[in-house]
Amino acid sequence: MPTLTVDGIEVTVEPGQTVLQACEAVGVEIPRFCYHDRLEIAGNCRMCLVEMEGGPPKPIASCAMPAGDNMVIKTNTPAVKKAREGVMEFLLINHPLDCPICDQGGECDLQDQSMAYGKDHSRYHEVKRAVKDKNLGPLIKTTMTRCIHCTRCVRFITDVAGVEELGAVFRGEHTEIGTYVEAALTSELQGNLIDLCPVGALTSKPYAFTARPWELRHTETIDVHDAVGSNIRVDTRGRQVMRVLPLLNEDINEEWISDKTRFACDGLAKRRLDAVYVKRDGKLQQSSWDAGFDAVKERLEGLEGSKIAAIAGDLACAESMTALKDLMSALGSANIDCRQDGAKIGNGARGGYLFNTTIAGIENADFCLLVGTDPRHEASILNARLRKRYLKGDFTIYSVGAELDATYPVTELGAGSDVLKEIIAGRHDVCARMVEAERGMIIVGQDALARSDGEQVLAGLKTIAEKTDIVTSDWNGFNVLHNAAARVAGLDLGMIPGEGGLDVAGIQSAAGKGDLDVVFLLGADEIDTSVFGNAFVVYIGSHGDNGAHHADVVLPAAAYTEKPGTYVNTEGRVQRTERAAFPPGDGREDWTILRALSERLGQTLPYDSLPELRARMIEIAPQLASIDEITTTEWGDFGKAGDLSADAFEGSGTSYYLSNPICRASDTMAECSDLSTNTAGGATGTHG
Amino acid sequence: MSFIQRNVRTWMLTELLTGMAKSFSYMFKRRSTINYPYEKGPLSPRFRGEHALRRYASGEERCIACKLCEAVCPAQAITIEAEPREDGSRRTTRYDLDMTKCIYCGFCQEACPVDAIVEGPNFEYATETREELFYNKDKLLANGDRWENEIAANIAVDTPYR
Repeated sequence: MPTLTVDGIEVTVEPGQTVLQACEAVGVEIPRFCYHDRLEIAGNCRMCLVEMEGGPPKPIASCAMPAGDNMVIKTNTPAVKKAREGVMEFLLINHPLDCPICDQGGECDLQDQSMAYGKDHSRYHEVKRAVKDKNLGPLIKTTMTRCIHCTRCVRFITDVAGVEELGAVFRGEHTEIGTYVEAALTSELQGNLIDLCPVGALTSKPYAFTARPWELRHTETIDVHDAVGSNIRVDTRGRQVMRVLPLLNEDINEEWISDKTRFACDGLAKRRLDAVYVKRDGKLQQSSWDAGFDAVKERLEGLEGSKIAAIAGDLACAESMTALKDLMSALGSANIDCRQDGAKIGNGARGGYLFNTTIAGIENADFCLLVGTDPRHEASILNARLRKRYLKGDFTIYSVGAELDATYPVTELGAGSDVLKEIIAGRHDVCARMVEAERGMIIVGQDALARSDGEQVLAGLKTIAEKTDIVTSDWNGFNVLHNAAARVAGLDLGMIPGEGGLDVAGIQSAAGKGDLDVVFLLGADEIDTSVFGNAFVVYIGSHGDNGAHHADVVLPAAAYTEKPGTYVNTEGRVQRTERAAFPPGDGREDWTILRALSERLGQTLPYDSLPELRARMIEIAPQLASIDEITTTEWGDFGKAGDLSADAFEGSGTSYYLSNPICRASDTMAECSDLSTNTAGGATGTHG
Repeated sequence: MSFIQRNVRTWMLTELLTGMAKSFSYMFKRRSTINYPYEKGPLSPRFRGEHALRRYASGEERCIACKLCEAVCPAQAITIEAEPREDGSRRTTRYDLDMTKCIYCGFCQEACPVDAIVEGPNFEYATETREELFYNKDKLLANGDRWENEIAANIAVDTPYR
């Protein structure tokens, strides 16, 4: 391991690390624009110049120089200061200095570093370069005149996002970053370009000009648009959520977030339920909490438990599901479910519905079999981890299911269930690879589990995983990839039909036939709510979406940025959201609505505060007590042995951009969805 | 002072006469008051009076919604909201100035990169109600249109020192 001296301090670094990393290790800050920890090294901004004793008679670019033994590096000499000032002066020659109208103003690397390392005045009086702006789609606004050619965006979109859509054309001063042929970016990680761009060349289009960084209040919380549980920072101005930024979490999202996480936040202000509505004369009419609760009470009076059902939605927090479950058992009903898509999971060991390898664990795997899943659109951040693993080499990925538009090469084995039957029986060619692999992974998606034979798929994959040593005592390669943020917590809490209870499909058909009288929907919007027939539907949720359309009583609740709630991600990692803003109008936190309703119904739930409710929640599911940790997961029986049906595996057909009520309320997501459906497979004008 | 001296002064009305002489002498001196509001005293070009939002000669408003004035205002009297205008340029949709909060420090005009918000020479804008002192963008732009000549002249005079 090389040992070198930085400013008189000796430091030992890992082989292959750069001088810049060595400087950081001793706590010396090196200014930089093009260098980024998670991207390839480019060495083209020259801002990180340092002096090396005994080296060439000129400063060296520390980001691109490997740290060597006995190097003597100086970062605070007059020569280094002059070099930095010179580089900064050159960078500013063609930079427009329009900071007052630039959205990056106040959080700009170029601003900060020119204050710290630049000269106090410019000697340049000639004409500056001007570059035509590029249209990169509805998410990223470009002002290419501001670009300093660090190429972070090109490297990100090529390496991390895995779509080669950006590049640099021309040379020297005439360099331009762009798509060459005008086209919107298709990556679902493109929002990260905004964070990566050290200047204001790439900024957020939906957020354009609306706020300044110093006006925003930051709340550190987690995301619920998919089951990954990315760590995010929600920036609010007054009561409005202005934007969402990623927070560093090496185990989950590193420092990226998907576009849905970042840009769906305008949906938090639109189509909100802000008052109680009660259906009178066939129309939902604004009402009071008292009247709403009375209407529910009147209808529930004297009803048997078996006539009542409840469905929890994909964005429900564990607290509200605990309260709903307790209320339903107090009412004597076993008809509860949280699996809106009808996935056949949750019966049996916890390992049977978790992403056991963990997201960070993907980097240790050497083989991957995808079954009925499209990680790119179901969990973009997890997909980025798969691509990261692929780029390291020696990683083969196979897929059973609908054809994928993946960001890494995938060997498609076909979508027929006969392929999976052969794999399960150990007769397929790929089984040999599974045995060969030391740390293999199987990722099962919801599309494979939401079939009538979901339990058989699960059991079959478990058998083959155990047989091919994909599950051993020190490595668990059996993974279920969820789409819904609420799902794992729901399964942990046992939010599935009890003894003799009905599941979602059962509730739907029973209500349609008139066997059910009251259905509670806790933010359940992904199901067909028009089939409930004459059943009395109580909708508790934040957005006026499918669920509220056919409801008889609508009780306004809080969205994920408006309540402290517990969510469990697909790995089984327990995390909590924080309140960044208050719900609009009469909206209340979901569990308080259920608590108040229970009192009116004479079945008062035994908790008056969030800590008491959480104590009850942990009583039901002890694993919810360990926040932000992966607890050791039991591996036992799950699924049901049996034959698979002959149906082929199909994608669910849900648009990535419109997968939940918040997204569907968002204008930005609607625009993205339009674009993706209109361009997919369509003529570009240059083909053929 | 002796008793006699004091008595002589009193009985000779010396103090009274000195005072009257002083008053009389002022009748020949220049007046130090002015007949406000018909006459007005001189103002420095740096005088910080009522605020105004200026326009360019083309009629385009100068303010670009950078929000530096809002950020620098120690009394937090300025409230700005912005969004892209139809032509894509950065403009305010709301520029409110609470004149009852303002302390007339002039930081807003110092912070402004385009000389949009300025404190003009007008100081006669007393109102009968509080509400009239909550200025909005229209009021500030109207001020700018009304006072543009004076403001421009003041800025021109002060330019060498800025």
